[in-house]
Amino acid sequence: MKSQSIGQLALAAAAVAYLIGVYFASSPVWMGFTINALIIAVVAMSWNITGGFGGLSSFGHAALYGTGAYASAILQVKYGVNAWVGFAAGILAGAAMGAFIGALAFRYGLRGSYFALVTLAFAEVLRICASSFEFTGGGSGLQLKLAPGLANLQFADRTVVYTALLVVVAVVMILTALIKYSRFGAYLIAVRENEDAARALGIDTYRIKVQAMAISGAFGGLAGVLYLQLWLFIDSTVVYGSAISVEALIGPIIGGAGTVWGPLLGTLGLHLLGEGAKHLLPNAPGLNFVLYAVVLICALRFLPQGLVGLAGKFGAFTKKKEAEDA
Amino acid sequence: MSSLIFPAVLSGLMMGAVYALVALGLTLIYGVLHIINFAHGSLLMLALYAVYFLWYHLGIDPYLAIPIVLPAFFALGYALQRGLIAPMSSGSEQNVLLITLAISMIIDNLALYFWTSNTRTADIAYAYDTVEILGAFLPLGRVIAFCAAIAVAPLLWCFMAYTKTGSAIRAVAIEKRGAELVGIDVNHTYAICFGIGTACVALAACLLLPTFYITPQVGYTFVLVAFTTVVLGGMGSLPGALIAGLLLGVIESLCGLFLGESLGQIGIFLAFILILLFKPSGLLGRAR
Repeated sequence: MKSQSIGQLALAAAAVAYLIGVYFASSPVWMGFTINALIIAVVAMSWNITGGFGGLSSFGHAALYGTGAYASAILQVKYGVNAWVGFAAGILAGAAMGAFIGALAFRYGLRGSYFALVTLAFAEVLRICASSFEFTGGGSGLQLKLAPGLANLQFADRTVVYTALLVVVAVVMILTALIKYSRFGAYLIAVRENEDAARALGIDTYRIKVQAMAISGAFGGLAGVLYLQLWLFIDSTVVYGSAISVEALIGPIIGGAGTVWGPLLGTLGLHLLGEGAKHLLPNAPGLNFVLYAVVLICALRFLPQGLVGLAGKFGAFTKKKEAEDA
Repeated sequence: MSSLIFPAVLSGLMMGAVYALVALGLTLIYGVLHIINFAHGSLLMLALYAVYFLWYHLGIDPYLAIPIVLPAFFALGYALQRGLIAPMSSGSEQNVLLITLAISMIIDNLALYFWTSNTRTADIAYAYDTVEILGAFLPLGRVIAFCAAIAVAPLLWCFMAYTKTGSAIRAVAIEKRGAELVGIDVNHTYAICFGIGTACVALAACLLLPTFYITPQVGYTFVLVAFTTVVLGGMGSLPGALIAGLLLGVIESLCGLFLGESLGQIGIFLAFILILLFKPSGLLGRAR
């Protein structure tokens, strides 16, 4: 286990300082923008479980996000179920979808390009289905009734929404840390490093991978439900679109895949960058994605362990130079 | 209804040939580099715009543009692999995958910025002249696309089987280290492969333009079908890609006929999930 360095602590402290600073920001724009970034950060944390710890790069995490959002929305709109029940159902539906995709893909040991393709195709199948059937609202999507109140999980006050999101993000990060340092986490990392060796040591790798997909699905579904409760409206492009899948993987890779803080740091950093670019060039939609892509390529080349790995090089408490070249 | 099935199958075959052509490039790259090129659809879109602008500004017929666009896109593919993907990926397959995704994001969003999301079509009058084949009427442009795409597959196969470059590509695909030892320039071979894959897309663009529309998102619709084609045919298999492309074209056309136009693509993805369930190595793929 690598020990924390001063650089990493400083990076985490900067993120926390920013998140607290948003409460005191002069313009409400900051809070609105950070709320969106935090929801994406939860999807990024979801991707981080499979992609970061397990080395299973999904290119279709929108499948999990969208399933969570649609499960909750269908229950609430079509069956009048309470929002809290919908919330729980969304998380469960995400987990079930994750386990389903995982069980299918891993049954044949699909990895690398193949796994990336399969996940991408699943998200796309779900997107087309959601936009084609009456049950899911078809092309016009699903709209929740506006009814602010704790019982309906809708809050008119942005500050309350923001605080609730911060709590959710903190919980997901604590869960991630618990997973990372648990026996299960060690198995998952073993699968990433050398699956054959892990199997030879008696680890049921198929089971570990499917479980990881289920956990990832629960987090992804959670993010989808958060989006739904915030905007009260979803359609197939918004929640099953490829933009979500892309954002889910870019944040952790730039922040540091397989770390607890990486997804949050990467997502916040990218969104700040994208927002800054929007102010410089206001009439260029999609420009933020061009920037993300350039940052991604540079990060792959120059920051193999992401921002967290970079920060780790500054002021390490222990002077051991291990695992860097491994 | 039954009188409609035969024309639907034929028109599905026409479209399927183009799917096959796009997938041939993709499967060739996969067979050698073992990565899926996520920028494939974006390169197709770029090629479509190139052919369109050649026609619009210089009045060059899309079919006559083939000798211009094909080498240009071969060079583009070669340069992308040699100048960007190889140096930036540090040799990791996952990084290559992510870099092709990043390239597609850059191309797509720049296209959206410069060319806006307006749909464009080339009005090439003769492309919609109909040809009668066994009682079914088909647009001339589609028939030409079908014949050309079908002709490319054996050409590519012969190239791989009988030329020195083809042997080098096959050697690198099978055993990279060994190929390097006998003096094959692996980086050059990778780039050649990427170039050929991109040239396939450029050819597809020349054949598509007369009877198809262009938007910055057009590549996306093709590339998903191409992904399915590559998986159905068996990843890395050229004949597999050809057969699977034709098959998917027919599936799409029949689903469109029976379930309604907008649901045509559902059939393709259902096929995809079924393959995954029962035969993930594809029709002609090697067992994994």
